[in-house]
Amino acid sequence: MTKKENLLKGFVKENPLFVSVLGMCPSLAVTTSLENAIGMGIGVFFVLVLSNLLISLIMSNPKLAALVKPVRIPVYIVVIATLVTIVEMVMHAYLYDLYKSLGVFIPLIVVNCIILGRAEAFASSNKPIDATLDGVGMALGFTGALVIISIFREFLGAGSITVWGDLSLNLGFIFDFLGIEPIAMFVQPVGAFLSFGLILAALTAIGNKRIEKAALNGVKANG
Amino acid sequence: MDNIIALAFTAFIAENIILSQFLGICPFLGVSTKRSNALGMGFAVLFVMLISSMLTWVLYKYILEALSIEYMRTIVFIIVIASLVQMVEIFIKKVSPGLYKALGIYLPLITTNCAVLGVAILNISKEHNFLEMIVYTTFIGLGFIFVMYIFSMLREKIDKAPVPKAFRGIPIALIVAAILAIIFSRFGGII
Repeated sequence: MTKKENLLKGFVKENPLFVSVLGMCPSLAVTTSLENAIGMGIGVFFVLVLSNLLISLIMSNPKLAALVKPVRIPVYIVVIATLVTIVEMVMHAYLYDLYKSLGVFIPLIVVNCIILGRAEAFASSNKPIDATLDGVGMALGFTGALVIISIFREFLGAGSITVWGDLSLNLGFIFDFLGIEPIAMFVQPVGAFLSFGLILAALTAIGNKRIEKAALNGVKANG
Repeated sequence: MDNIIALAFTAFIAENIILSQFLGICPFLGVSTKRSNALGMGFAVLFVMLISSMLTWVLYKYILEALSIEYMRTIVFIIVIASLVQMVEIFIKKVSPGLYKALGIYLPLITTNCAVLGVAILNISKEHNFLEMIVYTTFIGLGFIFVMYIFSMLREKIDKAPVPKAFRGIPIALIVAAILAIIFSRFGGII
């Protein structure tokens, strides 16, 4: 695989959330506003890129790799937990509001399947530069997916889109124009399951159409 | 006493771990395809959750707080949980092969189950005392089993239903979960 493919595969083809369906818990919990989704994305980006880099550095050194191999999962977990603690402390110090609203889901980045999954499936058997690019791509793909879900939920549920802090987009006029209220259900837990289910179904439908089209073209070309 | 009952009820229904706190979604979607699997996973989670919460609570109160190194919480908790799961696995294998056969395959999955670490951290951040911690954790675990069981029954039916192609698999499961979540969230008004 080329470097470009390593970077880009996380965006669409192997998107961790929409294709592999990993890391569901945070994606259902923090997508109540765009701001939370971006905050979570930043946290995951930092942890995933650095854990991929560090684990790849450890495993590409033959002496260290031989030492670590029998206990590799605990070693990965300690590396990841240390990075998560750093994120937690930095957010507590500089982004207190965000720290409050993400709550328990910041320490829970440790058990996010995407991070351990990438460590085991990719970083442990690839060069540091490839592992870093893979981490960047996967983290951006994850953040992108969170952004899509949170815009969908916040727009329908609150009639606004909070980008960051005071910077927010008030789209209430659309609801006024239609003469209805925003549907509060969408920012509640119910809306999380419903929105994710609908978005996933829509993406599957688009994917199926593409496959059918490709198959049809293939038949034509052969015929 | 009233407080304890209210706490138990909240943990079981109103703040249900799956449907309102979004913890343990992976086993919820992954292992709930058959009733027997759902129950096996449920009891394995309850068991590990209870022991790990007790252990981490004691460690936090008497070691981390005493030395004022609370920031080590995440690292210490995950190490405790990961090694505990390993020990439980070895212990059950030795003591009760029958139980090991029933729960064995679920145990390794529990290390990365966010519900276990999540409840350990929630017990600390909600400042529960020892009794509250035991009650809260037990009822969170029972709530997990309850929802897993209901959901697995629904999924056995969905498997036979003519679901539109795009909704098959995870999308329809999430929509069913949304309907369950509506029911559970309405119970919150009772207390």
